[in-house]
Order: sequence, then structure tokens, then C-alpha cells
Amino acid sequence: MKMKRNYYEDVQMFTSGVVLFWFLTLLTGLFLLPLVVKNYYVYVANYMAINVIVVLGLNLLVGYTGQISLGHAGFFAIGAYGTLMLMVKLHLPFIVALPLAALITAGFGFLLGLPALRLEGPYLAIATLGFGLTITQVIGRLEIFGGREGLHAPDLTIGSWRLDTDIEFYYLLMVITISLALAARNIVKTRVGRAFIAIRDADIAAQTIGVNVVLYKTLAFAVSAFYAGIAGGLYAFVLRFIEPEIFTLMMSIMFLAMCVVGGVGSMMGAITGACLLSWMDLQLRNILNLPYIGAWLESISKTYFSITGVSNIQFIVFGLIMILIMTLEPLGLFGLWIRVKKYWKTWPF
Amino acid sequence: MTFFQVQNLSLSFGGLAALSDVSFEVDKGEIYAVIGPNGAGKTTLFNCISGLYRPDQGRIHFNDRRIDSEKPDRIARLGIGRTFQNIELFVHLNTMENILLGRHLFMRTGLFRGIFMWGRRSFAGKEEITHRRKVEEIIDFLNLQAVRDKPVGMLPYGTRKLVELGRSLAVEPDLLLLDEPCAGMTADEKQDLYFHIHDIRDILGTTIVLIEHDMNMVMDISNRILAVNFGKTITEGVPEMVQRHPDVLKAYLGED
Repeated sequence: MKMKRNYYEDVQMFTSGVVLFWFLTLLTGLFLLPLVVKNYYVYVANYMAINVIVVLGLNLLVGYTGQISLGHAGFFAIGAYGTLMLMVKLHLPFIVALPLAALITAGFGFLLGLPALRLEGPYLAIATLGFGLTITQVIGRLEIFGGREGLHAPDLTIGSWRLDTDIEFYYLLMVITISLALAARNIVKTRVGRAFIAIRDADIAAQTIGVNVVLYKTLAFAVSAFYAGIAGGLYAFVLRFIEPEIFTLMMSIMFLAMCVVGGVGSMMGAITGACLLSWMDLQLRNILNLPYIGAWLESISKTYFSITGVSNIQFIVFGLIMILIMTLEPLGLFGLWIRVKKYWKTWPF
Repeated sequence: MTFFQVQNLSLSFGGLAALSDVSFEVDKGEIYAVIGPNGAGKTTLFNCISGLYRPDQGRIHFNDRRIDSEKPDRIARLGIGRTFQNIELFVHLNTMENILLGRHLFMRTGLFRGIFMWGRRSFAGKEEITHRRKVEEIIDFLNLQAVRDKPVGMLPYGTRKLVELGRSLAVEPDLLLLDEPCAGMTADEKQDLYFHIHDIRDILGTTIVLIEHDMNMVMDISNRILAVNFGKTITEGVPEMVQRHPDVLKAYLGED
């Protein structure tokens, strides 16, 4: 049996050589990935990484602080527009514009956190939903943001390095995603993260041991918004063109679904949930091209579901998979993982 | 000036007077008990002291400061800790982390120093270690070693009460409010708790105000007692006096 020898092991990242080995293997795998797969899959990985960043932040808010948000597409939009505006209008380099835009997003997160102090559960969900919808409306109406026409992303350069291809962008994204994942992990293991958890589990008791609930609730919103802001700024360069219609309520719901399907309150859950749902989002569009099943699904869709004849079966399959995961295990993918691990540990009993 | 003083405290919820004109004083180093039937306003009194409720009238003084309009986290910082009647623990965390949260006020790591916890020599790393040592002292003090790494949601009732007591001790309060500390405990657990409460006063020098229904324990442990009913003071004084007071007997046993 593995014994703890000192207190630092409680918060240590790599508790054993095995963990370190797998982490390094993962890093190597991620590094080699673009060299072995088709360009399309690099694009898929980029899309996943961006969702992972948002969901890591959302998980700090929903999973760890126990607040809900249906307005993260709003933060995502602020990050995207902020980054482009700072680059186009103020001619700031990308490396300055991205964090600056994310800080502005964090400011908006802080502001949204203020009404959240008095709201809980479904009421907070509606308030944040209103925020998400308002942001896209405001952006759409203002000429300075390109209005309904949208904005084009300028060329992406860091110093003298021009990132033209998906592969180059992939490496930038990986560095940012991994840093932010490690940062989130360290936040929840130290004082601030523990205060978040205290508010989630027993907010009255948290106050009586000296946790400033006002400060930490708004801080959770700000940090969560910062993550969404970074992701939004990066997403602008994946699409190369942004318009208000991208940042819909559906997007906010997808972020929340990724968080819940992965398993609220777990880092690995957030990452796997984001990866799985973004993968499904992109891949299920091709479901009709599958041999045999595709044609069959298409005929079902045309007969029973779609009036217009446009097949929509991928959304139905998507929904079914989500329902299946949540029914099997309310703690999502993370819960499934825990169960599998327990099964093998206690096997053959 | 007195160590802790409540003057003419009143609070009503709608038409219900939960507290009316309650006054008492607690000296440093005392064990002071508040007794009364269910719904007498005892927990409401504690909630006023710890800042969760704002009294309609009256003042609360602690260490020469007026504290009745302060926020709960501010009151914790001033040195008043408490436990709850229906245990309020952070159920997904283990015993160590629950008590460590009690060290929140003494730790300095913010968002940035937390993010940059790289290695045990970083600021956050050092702090995590130092305060875990401190928590270990409390764990030893309350004999909680066996459950150190167990999530508190899975612990038996009496043990959870002790963890909550441990968490309130981690804040190093000068005044500790215990809301029914031995409710639901077995006879053995009560006996242990009796010693713990004495030790907290004698070794840590903490003044204790407790609400308790177990009359044997109350009469044994407390220096002075405040008896309340329907939000009003019935009587206040040493246990022998309160025990024989006709109105206390009436409140507990009913009229003849």
C-alpha cells in the first residue's frame, strides 16, 4: 500500500512515477498528433481544445462554486470580439490583445457575479441566460463591432512567427490549453478553490469561518469568464471570421452540457466531456455517410421526424447519447471512470 | 469593559417575536450555557451573534467593539467561532480539508500564488504544508486521526459533530458558540465531548457559550446559565439557582 510521507503529497500534481509517466506520454502524443493525422483532424483537435478551455472555466463556476451559467456564449463573444477589436483598432499584437480581452471578459464576469449574489438555481440560470442573449444583441447593433456583417480576423503573428496553418495554431492552442488546465487544477487545490467548494457545499458555514462569500462568488464568475474570454479570442482565429449569430443560446447550453456530461466538479470530467461532445458535434454531421446505418437513419428521419425533408437525425442521435450517459451515471464520464476503476481494483469480487 | 455583552437584543420575524429584550454578559474563560424549550429563540440568538441575522434592536459588544452590524466573515475574523445544530460541513471534502478550511483566515495564498504552486518550496506549497501541520494538532486534540482522509459525508453523526468542532477551533476563536454540541451523540461520545469542552477552555483558553438540552451535562459543565422561553429571559445565574427557579421548571415540565 502507498503511504503518505508528508503533507505536500496532498496537493502534489504527480503523486507517483506512474502519473508522471502517463502525463509525459500524453504530452508526447499531443505533440506528435499533427504529424500523423490528416489536417481535418488537427482542426477537430483545435475545436476540442477551445471547448476544453471554456468548460474548464465553466466547471470552476458550476462544479466547484455551485453557481450556474447559461450565458457563457456571451463571455465567449466578448473574448472573441475583444481580441479582434484590440488587434484591428488599437493595433496591439495578438499576444497582448488575447489576455487583455480575457481580462475585459473577466470584468464582465465580475459584473454578472454581482446579481448572482442574490440569485440561486433556476433564477440564476435565467439571469445569466439574459446576459448571454443581451451581449449578442448589443454587439449585433453596434457598427463599431461590424454589426451584422461581422469581423474578419487579421493575420496571426507572435513576434516573427506567422501562424498560417491549422498545425501551427494547434501547437499554440495546446500550450495555452495545458497551462490553463494546470492552473485550474492548482486553483482548486489551494485556498481560493477550497473557498469555492466551501460556498458550494455550505455557504453559511463558509461565512462563519471567515470566507467572504461576496468576494469569492464574484471571483468565481470572473475567473470563469476569463477562461471563456481566452477561448473566444482563440476561436476567432479558428473561424477567421466572426458574427453575432455564432454566439447563440445553443452554444451556452452546449458548454453546460459538456460540463455536466463530463461530470461536474472534476477536472478530468470537464476535459473529457468537452472533447466527447465537440467530437460528436462535428462527427455526427457525417453520420448519414456511414455505410448501411446512414441510409437507414436517413429514411427514418425523412419518414418520422423532418417535415421539410431535411434530415436532422444527427441531433436526435446526439440527444440520445447524452440521455444515455446521464441515465447510466449522473456523475457523467467521470463517474463512469470511477466505477470502472473500482471494478478493476476489487476484481474478481 | 466586559469580554462579551449582549444588551436588550430583540428580533422578530413578521409578527413573531423570536427574541425580545435579551441581555447577558459572558466573562473571559467562562463556560456559559443557554437553555430553553424548542423554539425558545436560542439558535436565533446565536445567529444574531455570528452575524447571520441582524437584530431589530439592541447591541452586541465583543472585546470593546460593537459587532451587531458586522458581516459573518468579519465576525469570524474578530474571533467568534461557531458550530451548527444541524451539522454544516463541506460534505465532499475530507476531514483534513474541512478543518483546513478553518485556516482560511490565516492563509495568504490568493489566485495567482495558488496557480503558481509549483513544488513544495513555492509560497502556496509551503503554506499548504504549514497549515496542514496546524490542522494535525487539532486532529490529535480531538482524536480524529482515523478519519483524516475520509470524506465527511460518510462519517457517523457523532464524528461529524467533532469534525465541525475541529473546524471551528481551526479559526482560533476567543469566543466559541456551540449549538447543541452533543445532540444525537451516544453516552460515550458525550463523555468524550465533556472532556473536550473542558480542554478547549483550559488549554486553548477559549470562552465557550453553548446551547444544550442535556440537563445533566449543562448543570455539570457550565459556570452560569441563561434560561429563555418565547424569546424572553426567564432567569440567569449559577446552575444551582437556575435549576430550582420555578419558571424554569414550569417551562420544562409544564404547569401543575
